[in-house]
Order: sequence, then structure tokens, then C-alpha cells
Amino acid sequence: MNKIAVIDYGMGNLHSVAKAVEYVGRELGEDIDVVVTEDAAKIAAADRVIFPGVGAIRDCMAEINRLNVGQIVADAMKSKPVLAICVGMQALMTHSEENGGVDCLDFMHGDVRYFGNDLRDESGGRLKVPHMGWNRVKQTRSHPLWRDVPDNSRFYFVHSYYVQTEKQEIVTGVTDYSAEIVAALADDNIFATQFHPEKSQAVGLTLLRNFLQWDGAT
Amino acid sequence: MALAKRIIPCLDCDNGRVVKGVKFVNIRDAGDSVEVAKRYCDAGADEITFLDISASHEGRDTTIHTVKAIAGEVFIPLTVGGGIRNLEDIRTMLNAGADKVAINTAAVENPEFVRAAAQRFGSQCIVVAVDAKQVSAEGEPLKWEIFTHGGRNPTGIDAIEWIERMVESGAGEILLTSMDRDGTKAGFDLALNKAASNAVQVPIIASGGVGTLQHLVEGVLEGEADAVLAASIFHFQEFTIEQAKSYMAARGIEVRLT
Repeated sequence: MNKIAVIDYGMGNLHSVAKAVEYVGRELGEDIDVVVTEDAAKIAAADRVIFPGVGAIRDCMAEINRLNVGQIVADAMKSKPVLAICVGMQALMTHSEENGGVDCLDFMHGDVRYFGNDLRDESGGRLKVPHMGWNRVKQTRSHPLWRDVPDNSRFYFVHSYYVQTEKQEIVTGVTDYSAEIVAALADDNIFATQFHPEKSQAVGLTLLRNFLQWDGAT
Repeated sequence: MALAKRIIPCLDCDNGRVVKGVKFVNIRDAGDSVEVAKRYCDAGADEITFLDISASHEGRDTTIHTVKAIAGEVFIPLTVGGGIRNLEDIRTMLNAGADKVAINTAAVENPEFVRAAAQRFGSQCIVVAVDAKQVSAEGEPLKWEIFTHGGRNPTGIDAIEWIERMVESGAGEILLTSMDRDGTKAGFDLALNKAASNAVQVPIIASGGVGTLQHLVEGVLEGEADAVLAASIFHFQEFTIEQAKSYMAARGIEVRLT
């Protein structure tokens, strides 16, 4: 039995990721148990942890702090493979400038910044914010979660804030939106994506399948 | 290397069946909505929009059931619209597996609803659907007004001002339908779309009037749409999603080829 805990901290649509993981598990013919939960005991009992996130970071962090999810995630991160998605990834960083400035969990070194109100591409064309849709992800480091995912595959993004980190060694994938921005980070047993693998059809399902089989080593 | 322009097939659904009317009449049946959604996803659709045209009357439970079924099979973004009137409706649809909801009439009746929805669930899942109709006479500066209740009720509200207001309230995306063009296969209202796209920073989905693949190209290149939505050309197999994408790619538009 492969137990997957999707951490629920009251921020809306976590069903997409749970359903995608169940689907991938069925494809693998694996016995998979996906729980969407905020229960520390269930998370502690899981083999793998998914830390999703949607919405505004202030509300996310407020819920994380209220439910003491930060400590639960911190414990999980010591031992288990963790996949953080979108605002889930942003919540792992040091600080976000969203909502007038919010301190995050600081499990990964870096800041979360706003794209800006007049974003342009290299030829001066206007870029919409949020960055919404399918963009190419360049794999900057090899990683078990990239297995069978072609380099420069398009993944689905939807975000107005992006991660900036000086620790280039944790940057695992980048995408181009006005400048090269972080699409994926990896640090030991944590893999984090700005894009939504659960919404990225075949390549996203491949990444989730890799996660189900990943032992957390790099 | 850039963000792809999205192609979004739209499923107008009545009791779980995909239907498509011409100007909201002459409903034709186009199949079981779960099967249709899966077919489009496999063919490379970038998102699916599901509009419950029976929502304001009946079939609410059928819709929830259908959304759940689609979300278990389709791993691309799913927008659900039609009869979204309060925060509880949004929660229900998100819990059923929708990624975004489209709000139309309820936003006009209570504009603060959009702000409350964006604050509660995040702008990324709040799409405001705008049904606009040209009200300026020939020779006058172009002007559009928004309509509600599936295009039946005029509001007197200027469409571009309304879109600006909705974005300011927290809409993450605008689904812009030209009532003049919807169902006509005469092409998008390009001037309307361009005016909207230039007025706000969020993505605009052009809708209403697609009859040819060239219309999709015009929607992006001239209407400056970030995504193009179409129903009947895909439902009745006039064109496939693959054909649409290769046609657009051949004309220099970035699309996601699968």
C-alpha cells in the first residue's frame, strides 16, 4: 500500500490533485490510498506527502499557522518524499511580497515576488498577469521526477507571483515569462513546482507517476 | 519560447448532454458530456469550459455529478459556469473538481459578489463571463453593452467599463462572448475583443462566432485574445482540435502541440 497524504488546510480545490494521483495509481496497477487531510497522525502515517496550494498566500499562511500544518510539514519533510505545488511551493519559501508582505515557512531559501503591472516580453510585447496557461519548462538539472518527461514540455501555470532564489543549486526547472523564472525546485526529499502537474495532462501525470515511485533520493 | 495561446472547447450542457443552440435556440444534441470532454482532452484541448445552460431552472444535481465525472477523467483545467450565484455554489463546484467558475448574471446583480469570491477562493479560479452586444450605430464610436440571463436582459452597462471593474474586483480572467456573433459562424467580434484585451491585464477568452479555423487565428492576431473558445465547430466534427492547432501554428501562433 502506497499511502499519499494531500495536506488540506482549507484552501479550496485539492480534489484535482487527489483525483490525478488516484488515476495514476490505477494506471500503475498499484494499491494506492490517497487521503486529503489536515490530521497530523494521518500525515505522519503516509509514505508520501503532497502540499498543494491555491489562493492568496496570506490566507494560506494563516491557515497553515492556525492548523499547525507548518510543523506537520516540517516533520514530514525530515523523512518522506514531498511534492509542493504552486502556492504550496511559495509557502515553503522565506518570504512573499503578496498581500503587503507575508513571512512563509522558510524551508527553502528564496523570496516570492509580483510579476509587475507592465510586464513585457523581450520584444516589448505586453504580457498578461496572471501568467495563465501552458508554458515550456526547461529542465536545468536531472531529477527522478523528470523521468520520461521530455525537456521543454509544456505545463499548466496560473500565478501572479514567482519564486526568486539565490540558491541556483536547488533550481530544477525554469520557464520563460518576461524573464527566466523558477518552474521547479528540488532539495533533498522535496520537489516543488510552480506549475500544476495535476492539470498538465500527459506530462503532468508522468511527473505524478514518478512521484509515486520516488524514494526521496536525488 | 512563449506562453501558448489556448484553445478551449465549450460544452453547453443540459442534463448531462452537450447541446449547442444557434442564438440560444435550435438546440442540437452533441453527446454525453463526459465522453465529449475526454475526447477533447485526448485531442489536445488546453482547457474545458462547461456551461450548464439548464442551471437556473433544474438539473443542478446532474451538473455536479457530471463535473465530478469529468474531473476524474480529464487532467486539464476545467471551468464550470451557469447558475453560479453565491459562495456556496462556488465551493460546491470546486469540491466537485472544477478549477475555475464562471460568474455572469450574479456579478451584474451584485458586483461585490466577485470581490468576495476572489477574496475567498483566489482570483485564479474566478472567471467573469461577459455577454456583450454592440449598441453603437454605424458611424458612431464603437460601444458595447452587457446582457444577462443568457443574453435576454439588457443592463445599460458599458461592456469595457464593466470588464475593468470586474478585474479591479478580482476577476482572474474574462470570458467575453459577443451576443451578435454567438452561433452565427461569422467570426469573433474582433474590435470588442481587442478593446477588452487592451483595457485590462488579465487574460481574455474570445467567444462567440467561430465558424472557420481562420476565425481562431484572427481572434488571437487581431482580437489579441489569450485564448479562443469554440463549441459547434468541434462538436459536430467540422474540425478537430489538432487541425485547429496545426493551422494556428502554421500562422506563427504559439500553441501546445501534443
